Amino acid sequence: MALLEVNNLGISFGGLRAVDDFSISIEKGQLYGLIGPNGAGKTTVFNLLTGVYKPNVGIIKLDGQDITGKKTIDVNRAGIARTFQNIRLFGKLSVIDNVKVGLHNQMGYSVFASILRLPSFRKVEAQLQERALEILKVFDLDKEAEVLASNLPYGKQRKLEICRALATNPKLLLLDEPAAGMNPMETLELMETIRFVRDHFDMTILLIEHDMKLVSGICEELTVLNFGRILCQGKTSDVLNNPEVIKAYLGE
Amino acid sequence: MEFIEFLINGVRLGSVYALIALGYTMVYGIAKMLNFAHGDVIMVGAFVVYTTCNTLGLPPVVGIVVAVVLCTLLGILIEKIAYKPLRGATSNLAVLITAIGVSYFLQNAALLIFGAAPKNFTSIVPYEGIQIAGGQITIDGETIVIIAVSIVIMIALTVFIKKTKAGQAMLAVSEDKGAAQLMGINVNGTISLTFAIGSALAAVAGMLFCSVYPGLSSTTGSMPGIKAFTAAVFGGIGSIPGAFIGGILLGVIENLSKAYISTQLSDAIVFSILIIVLLVKPTGLLGKNIQEKV
Amino acid sequence: MKANSIKDKFTNLKANKPLRQDLITYAIVIFAYLLIRILDMAGMVNSQLNGLLVPICVYAILAVSLNLTVGILGELSLGHAGFMCVGAFTSAFFSKCMVEAIPLAIVRFPVAILIGAVCAGLFGVLIGIPVLRLKGDYLAIVTLAFGEIIKNIINTINIGRDSNGLHFSMKSAMDLGMEKDGVFLIKGAMGITGTPGDSNFTIGVILLLITLFVVLNMVRSRDGRAIMAIRDNVIAAESVGINITKYKLLTFAISAALAGMAGALYAHNLGSLTATPKTFGYNMSIMILVYVVLGGIGNIRGSMIAAIILYVLPEMLRGLQTYRMLIYAVVLIVMMIYNWAPKSIAWRETHSAKDLLAKVKGVVASKSKKGGN
Repeated sequence: MALLEVNNLGISFGGLRAVDDFSISIEKGQLYGLIGPNGAGKTTVFNLLTGVYKPNVGIIKLDGQDITGKKTIDVNRAGIARTFQNIRLFGKLSVIDNVKVGLHNQMGYSVFASILRLPSFRKVEAQLQERALEILKVFDLDKEAEVLASNLPYGKQRKLEICRALATNPKLLLLDEPAAGMNPMETLELMETIRFVRDHFDMTILLIEHDMKLVSGICEELTVLNFGRILCQGKTSDVLNNPEVIKAYLGE
Repeated sequence: MEFIEFLINGVRLGSVYALIALGYTMVYGIAKMLNFAHGDVIMVGAFVVYTTCNTLGLPPVVGIVVAVVLCTLLGILIEKIAYKPLRGATSNLAVLITAIGVSYFLQNAALLIFGAAPKNFTSIVPYEGIQIAGGQITIDGETIVIIAVSIVIMIALTVFIKKTKAGQAMLAVSEDKGAAQLMGINVNGTISLTFAIGSALAAVAGMLFCSVYPGLSSTTGSMPGIKAFTAAVFGGIGSIPGAFIGGILLGVIENLSKAYISTQLSDAIVFSILIIVLLVKPTGLLGKNIQEKV
Repeated sequence: MKANSIKDKFTNLKANKPLRQDLITYAIVIFAYLLIRILDMAGMVNSQLNGLLVPICVYAILAVSLNLTVGILGELSLGHAGFMCVGAFTSAFFSKCMVEAIPLAIVRFPVAILIGAVCAGLFGVLIGIPVLRLKGDYLAIVTLAFGEIIKNIINTINIGRDSNGLHFSMKSAMDLGMEKDGVFLIKGAMGITGTPGDSNFTIGVILLLITLFVVLNMVRSRDGRAIMAIRDNVIAAESVGINITKYKLLTFAISAALAGMAGALYAHNLGSLTATPKTFGYNMSIMILVYVVLGGIGNIRGSMIAAIILYVLPEMLRGLQTYRMLIYAVVLIVMMIYNWAPKSIAWRETHSAKDLLAKVKGVVASKSKKGGN
């Protein structure tokens, strides 16, 4: 059974069909790409998957569990974590605290324990510190743990978003244009990191990307969206050679 | 019959709120700030009329003109000195607190000049009332003037914004300051103009308010100011017809609850209705609903 | 071994900057308390300052607790005085009822404070509900409206007690229809008179320390991080599974409960308690907000210090009588512009003391170089 099974998903905004008849099936451990021209509805698909928007039609199943129309926090608890196209960090928190917020539902103690500083507070805080540093180390951010998130350079902010998402211990990780604004060197490094995350955390990853080098370099399968509909779906090499796709990207 | 009288008095009070709320809402629309000092400009306007008419004995027309001119200048001055430096500050709480500072300043300056004892304001409306329904209902001159003035101002303002270049510039600046600047609109000038109009309206509201409720003191403006602010939010802050409808409704509700439920509880009732309306429609009656893009 | 563990703790403290900062905050309060006590023993505290001591604690608690909502959660609240009002009246009512049943102030007062805090906390949850739906200025006006409603309703409540039990009316004290032996407990706009004067400076300082302890510990915990995450980015906070509803309500409840505590302290410091616009109206809420903003939004210690200075300053300026509030207004405007105006910030960045020092050094260095040549 596939980890993510989406059938016939659709949503309209004021009569405009933003996403229509969207179906996708992602196996566990896959690195899957969602591509398409600007305004094709890629981010809308992410918003539908994570419960930011409620779909008009269609079913979303994660690991066999129906999560259609669930609230964002419940979707996250069910096992989907995401990053954002326009970076959304907790800017006034330190880098490590951003990750600790991601760990919020993984380990906890009661409000009383925190106000009264009970032993459970100390114990769990120590564990949180350790785990957060572990995650930061993967992305080489551990040295900046105490820096304010908003003071990080752009590329590292994108990485920190991935760290925070991973901290929620998801089954499926959604990356919304992880390479946006990065230079070719940084993109290359990011590709390595994404592969490493998949292997190291045993993660399934669905990513939106414009950078074709990144997509063709790491994605095993692709879905191409155009005007809210699926244009083409399949093995990366097949999809990228599809004349329809080339036409959609390069124009007539 | 009694009910109609209460209703008319409510519309009268509501018209004053509407005039003040128009100023609040215009300034909010353009500067995205709650001008807490707006209520105190009302008080200044009333004091200017009081000084020219009651103290110096000049005719009401002179008082009206002087008050409108002085309040207009005061509004521009306040904006230039206290608010403009804070444009683009990282927290919009900063300008809110500054506005509170300006409000304290105006109140205490008035206290110093005029003292703590309330002054008896003489009505600026020289007309007698009329009687309708065979003499069963009396509508006094103030009521007629207030309602007429607020309707005229409301219409004039709408036409001004829709038809004139300056009005269009106001709309543009309230939508997007940066883009307006790029289009060659004088943003600073437009903001000054907004404060000028708002403060002129406050002056008019002040003299009309005090013509009905004659006790004039340094804090005269604060409660009508807060009520008008409530009215502006009630109608959807930033919306001119919203401010007008919000003001009238608030005045009517306040007066009717005073008449039929409880004088002491009327404020509580007004504010409760506000909360309920906002819970049902979080951006007020005519406010635009803007969702954050993910 | 023991020395070692103390040393460990010490190095731990050195490394743990937030904890160190918190300890400094507590130390400031305790030091100030001891200083006042010593001065008092030396007879150097005049009656004017003496009268300010409990109110100082009240306003410091209010500022710290409001900062939890405004600074940490990032929601503008203009109704904080309303929560204080609830705490003041419920606790004073309790004390007045129980003054004979529990003659010992040391037992009665803590219970009264607790009742004030719990009732205010419940109102905090109540006002927290619109918070979930409203944002920014709309929320601000609802909190303001809420504070006014509380004040307004309390002004209409009449409660009396006679041989037949308790009587309640929202019309007038005459409406209670009491026997001749009846006593008024709450008398409409006249409020509550004859509340036992259980408050004193020591209790005030203890309550302030409790407030700081609750707020600081909460901020530096998992819950505090969640609340600040909501402040910084709601959508992202939701996406990592933070329960927005729970944390907003929790923050409002705790902030309100602490304000209720301050209200209890306030009520038991006065012979008579009335809900006037000056004591519990929106003007008071705004006053507390001014403390928070001037002390630094989100800076707990700052809001405490700002509350103390800004409360004491106008009182000390009483000699200047009418001019004092005018001066206060000007200071407020100037400080806000100095602290927040983009131009002022840029100017301070280029003219900071460090830079100035470096410049001076540079000039001196180049001069000495020239001299050398």
